[in-house]
Amino acid sequence: MPAGTLYRGREGMWSWVAHRVTGVLIFFFLFVHVLDTALVRVSPEAYDDVVATYKTPLVALLEYGLVAAILFHALNGLRVVAVDFWSKGTRYQKQMLWTVMGIWIVLMAGALYPVLGHAVREVFGS
Amino acid sequence: MSAETTSAVGPVEGASLYDVDNPAPLIEPPRKRTKKSPKTTRTNFELYGWLFMRLSGIVLVVLVLGHLLIQLVLDGGVSKIGFAFVAGRWASPFWQTWDLVMLWLAMLHGANGLRTVINDYAERPTTRFWLKNLLYTATVFTVLLGTLVIFTFDPNIR
Repeated sequence: MPAGTLYRGREGMWSWVAHRVTGVLIFFFLFVHVLDTALVRVSPEAYDDVVATYKTPLVALLEYGLVAAILFHALNGLRVVAVDFWSKGTRYQKQMLWTVMGIWIVLMAGALYPVLGHAVREVFGS
Repeated sequence: MSAETTSAVGPVEGASLYDVDNPAPLIEPPRKRTKKSPKTTRTNFELYGWLFMRLSGIVLVVLVLGHLLIQLVLDGGVSKIGFAFVAGRWASPFWQTWDLVMLWLAMLHGANGLRTVINDYAERPTTRFWLKNLLYTATVFTVLLGTLVIFTFDPNIR
């Protein structure tokens, strides 16, 4: 079998799997997020109580995971658009995936302090 | 193939079997729709769904990443969020519109994605039917609830 012609199990398949998994996770989060925001129609206290739990270290870690899922889904989604609409998209799908992963790592590093900084300060003091 | 090769299709042998008094039998096209055939269900729905995922996706990249930047990164990140912060943002029609468009596009994008996932993995027709029923109910409920909240938000609720 010639090398590099097998789609299954390589970058193409795994990015597809990751796109599905992150998509489903984000969608489930979205339900919860609309429900918690709807509490602003109940009372300011009800909303602030729930948002207070979002500021705890454990949930901060979940938020970092949410950012990771959304950033991957967004960047890989743009890659899917390029594969579908750009004439050379399929030829460069692998390179585009590694570009996506590169940008993802840079953005995740950038989100580290803003999203997790307060959690680290709370857990380790100062 | 050279030019000398004789054609596989020879000249028609003999006279035609049919004439005005003895016409050829009428053969209906195999998939011709008649009065008896069931009403067609073929539309371009899946094409538009595919296109919608890409177009809404591009818009959502801007809306959602902007949302994350404002809510989780800028100005103290998640620590600043509270009723007062929401009231401040929804005082502006710009952010109301932003959130409304984001809500609708994200919910429809997600619902169509999950519809695809259900179609791929739920094999029994009844399972598919009920899962999609649940999906559509939850989607309509969430979109309407979110829309209602944005339009009826009252900063002086208390």
